Parts: sequence; C-alpha cells; structure tokens
Amino acid sequence: MKQTKNITPTNMVCICCPLGCSLTIIKSDNEWLVTGNKCLRGKKYAAEEMTAPKRVVTSTVKIAGGLYPMIPVKTEQPIPKEKIFTIMNILASVRAVAPITMGDIVIKNVADTGVNVVATKTDKGMPF
Amino acid sequence: MAAALAAHQNHIKNILIIERDLELGGILNQCIHSGFGLHHFKKELTGPEYSSLIIQEIQKTNIEVMINTMVLKLGEDKTIHAINSDHGYMKINAKAIVLAMGCRERTRGAIRIHGSRPAGVYAAGTAQRLVNIDGYLPGKRVVILGSGDIGLIMARRMTLEGAKVEAVLEILPYSNGLTRNIVQCLNDFAIPLILKTTITKIHGAERVEGVTIAQVDDQLSPITATEKFIPCDTVLLSVGLIPDNEISHSAGIAIDQRTNGPIVGELRQTSKDGIFACGNVLQVHDLVDFVSEEGALAGLGAAKYINNDFDSSFTHTTIADNGISYIVPQKINVKNITDKLKLFMRVKNIFENSIINVYLGDKIIASKKEHKFLPAEMISFDLKKQDLINNSEKQIIVKIEPII
Ligand code: SF4
Repeated sequence: MKQTKNITPTNMVCICCPLGCSLTIIKSDNEWLVTGNKCLRGKKYAAEEMTAPKRVVTSTVKIAGGLYPMIPVKTEQPIPKEKIFTIMNILASVRAVAPITMGDIVIKNVADTGVNVVATKTDKGMPF
Repeated sequence: MAAALAAHQNHIKNILIIERDLELGGILNQCIHSGFGLHHFKKELTGPEYSSLIIQEIQKTNIEVMINTMVLKLGEDKTIHAINSDHGYMKINAKAIVLAMGCRERTRGAIRIHGSRPAGVYAAGTAQRLVNIDGYLPGKRVVILGSGDIGLIMARRMTLEGAKVEAVLEILPYSNGLTRNIVQCLNDFAIPLILKTTITKIHGAERVEGVTIAQVDDQLSPITATEKFIPCDTVLLSVGLIPDNEISHSAGIAIDQRTNGPIVGELRQTSKDGIFACGNVLQVHDLVDFVSEEGALAGLGAAKYINNDFDSSFTHTTIADNGISYIVPQKINVKNITDKLKLFMRVKNIFENSIINVYLGDKIIASKKEHKFLPAEMISFDLKKQDLINNSEKQIIVKIEPII
C-alpha cells in the first residue's frame, strides 16, 4: 500500500479490552493504516478515535423502592465522547422504579445518540 | 458463589452461602464499570452484570443463601458462629468450609500520612461504594493517592459525578494500573497523573482543606524542597489491599507472610482439615475470572473432602526463588490433580527482557519470556500432572533469569 510521506504517525493505546495493544496509525490517502493491533477491534477503534472518538458510559441512576438507593446502568453501545456530560446530566434527572431486571431499558435513544441506557443489575426491591 | 456451584456440580446436597451484605456478589456490585468476564463469559461485562449472571446460576440450584448475616468466629473445631436479625446467634456445623471473605483496603494508618485528622479522607473503594450504591458524592475537589486501577476508575467516576479531580499521585515511577484505564479514566478528562510523588501532609481542622505533596527520591523518601500545596476537600487513598483473614486466624489457620492469606494446597485446602479458601482472601487477584476459577477449585476440594475422596497429604512444595514474591498454591498433592496444575505468582520488581523458569530439580518444566514483567500483573503457569509424576524431585522452584 502507498504511504503518504511527511505525515507523522499517531500512537495510541487500544482501550477495547484489557490487553491494551499499542497502536500506530498513519493516514494514507483516505484510509487509516493501523499496526500493533492484536485483533480487528483495534483497527476499528483507531479509525474512530482519529475521527469521532466514542466511549461506553457506565453510571448509576436513582431507583425508587430498590434494595439500595442507586441502580447501575450503561449505554448499550459506545456514544460520542463529547456527549458524555450531556448524558450524565440526563442520568441525574432520571429515576428508575423497582423491580427492574438487568438489560431493561432505562432511557431510550439517550441524547439522540440512537443508543439506549440499560440497567446492569437486577433489583427485585426490598425483601423486608 | 463459584465454590458453591462447583460443590453442587460435584453432587453435594446441603450447601449454604453466608453473606454479610444484603445481596450476593460482594465487591462486584460496586464495580459498575466494564472490564469483567472476558475469560469466564467471553464478553466484556460490568461488575454487577458478572455477579448477576452467577447469581442466576445459584438460583437454578437448591443452594441456600443467608444474607445480612455476620460470621463472628470460626472455631478450631469448624463450628461457625454467626448472627443475623432473623435467627439471632447461631452455631452452624459443616463438614467442609470454604472461606471467601475477600480483602480490605489499606487505610491512612497503614501508610502513615502526617497532618490533622479531618473528615474527607476515604479509602477509594469506600468512596466507590458511597457513590455507586448509596448515592452520595464524598467531595467536590479531590486528590487521589495511588494509581492502581481502583484509583484510576475512581478518578473518572468522581469526575463524571461532577467533582473536580486535581491530580492522581503515584509514589512509584510508573502506574500500576492498566494502560487502557490511564487513557479512558485520566487522559479523557485531562486529569494529571503525577509520578514519583506522594502526600506528605493532610491539612484541615474539620474538613480537608488541602494536601502537601512532594516528589520522592529513589528510596521513596519525600524531597522537602519539592513540597507543594494543593487545595482540595477530599483525599482518596488507593494504596493497596490486604486479605481479610480475621476469621481464618480464629480458626488457627496457618497464614503465608507474603500473601497475607492462608497457606494452601492445589485444591485450596488450608492447614485445617476440611477448611478451604479462595479468591482475594487468599491472594489479591487482578481478574474476577481467576477468582471464579479459584473458587471452583476450592468447591471441588470441599466436595471431594465430604465424599472421602480427598488425600490430605502433600507430595510437592513450591518455592518462590529469585525475583518471585510469592506462589499460590504453596503445597501440592499430585493425587488430587486431574491433569493440570495452575500456579499463580507475582514478581517482586519490574524485570525487563527476562524469562521466568519453573524448575523441578534441575529440569525446566515451564517458562515464560516477556519484554517486561510487572509486580501489578499476576502471572500464571499451567503445569502438566505427567511432568510432576515422572520426576522424583519434590520441589517446584520458580525464578526469574535474564534472557541469554
Ligand atoms: S487491538 Fe484487540 S486485542 Fe488489542 S487491545 Fe484492542 S481489542 Fe484488545
């Protein structure tokens, strides 16, 4: 493949799994050339990180009638990094109600990302 | 839970899990970030998702669960003294017992930071529980001491919840956390990681008002000339974990000074007949997947013991030689092994371009080469039963050697 000269390669660490491969990325014409990735997810991550970085948000929301006052949640898919705090603000205003099952949708299409926020724990409510 | 499930699979009828909290799952329930289960479930889960999946497996069995119950003491005669609000004080007798109490966090006392005693100094895991389970934010302006994964994860968590994390300090010249956590927990939020630096004093009368930080020299002693004040209202300490062995002590179980956990054999049998131990009470693990694996071993051991299919003598010992800080298990009986034996260990320091060799006598039976071995990363070896039987040597010696 042809490599464009005088473009410095970018180094980054893949965060898709705990292996944390060190990636090197070079822009070639209209493609990202990635090396150092041990799997294909690393290539996808590098290209995304160069153009539109995304993250999975894990947090908590208040729950009424739950075993504890909070229930853990996550975005089902990674969302654009710049929307993290918008989503955190939305989560702060939401209240779930027990009983809730792991995987239940807490917020649909959060902040117009097309991604749902789901519960990551089952809470059947106070047993006593 | 993993031990209970393994015992159940090995046809044990009466199994009871005693849990101090209001629900099963332990520390996983407050670890709401993802990164769990890649080995065990082959997908990346959050802590509560991992524990929920195991709880579902428990619920499919007749394993009994007693929550909100505190074990006060384990007698030398294997009597469990426990208490809860439904039954009051109880004495429970079991044929076999598996200890899985986990670990505790090291506190300010353990690392002796000077200064006053204001409110606002928390162990990072305690702060994690306050935020993720109880829904309280312990402070607004935070300095974190210790850059292990818990410290890094809490830096992001506090930031997401609206606090300002001024810095994460690390006394060593490198972070003990995963690189991915430095990227997604610190870099993403422009939180500085300051290496070779520690807190020398905590200021504040009622509430923390700030900390004095200083660089350290090669002996890790603070350099006074580099002292600097950072205003903050909260200090989170992420300075290590210690296996919680109060109950093991009361039962008179022999403890390994290096792991701070019980000395165990291949099926995690302790020095007391019929008592087994697994997970962080034995050795502080990096991955919950290996905790589950170790739990299953202990559960199998307990089942074999009850079924009178357990040989309590030992055939081999393991020796942590040059560069290795500890090995679990410390003792081995090959007769209880099916076909493979897994050794877990950590190195004492950073070793570059080295090889870890496992010797039986002067024969190398396993080895691992790496550009870098870090104390923060647990290392494991699979040994073949056949290799152990076919050799009259009884000492398994592990050491680090340079690559020649
Ligand atoms: S490239 Fe693949 S193996 Fe490497 S860190 Fe990323 S996801 Fe993990």
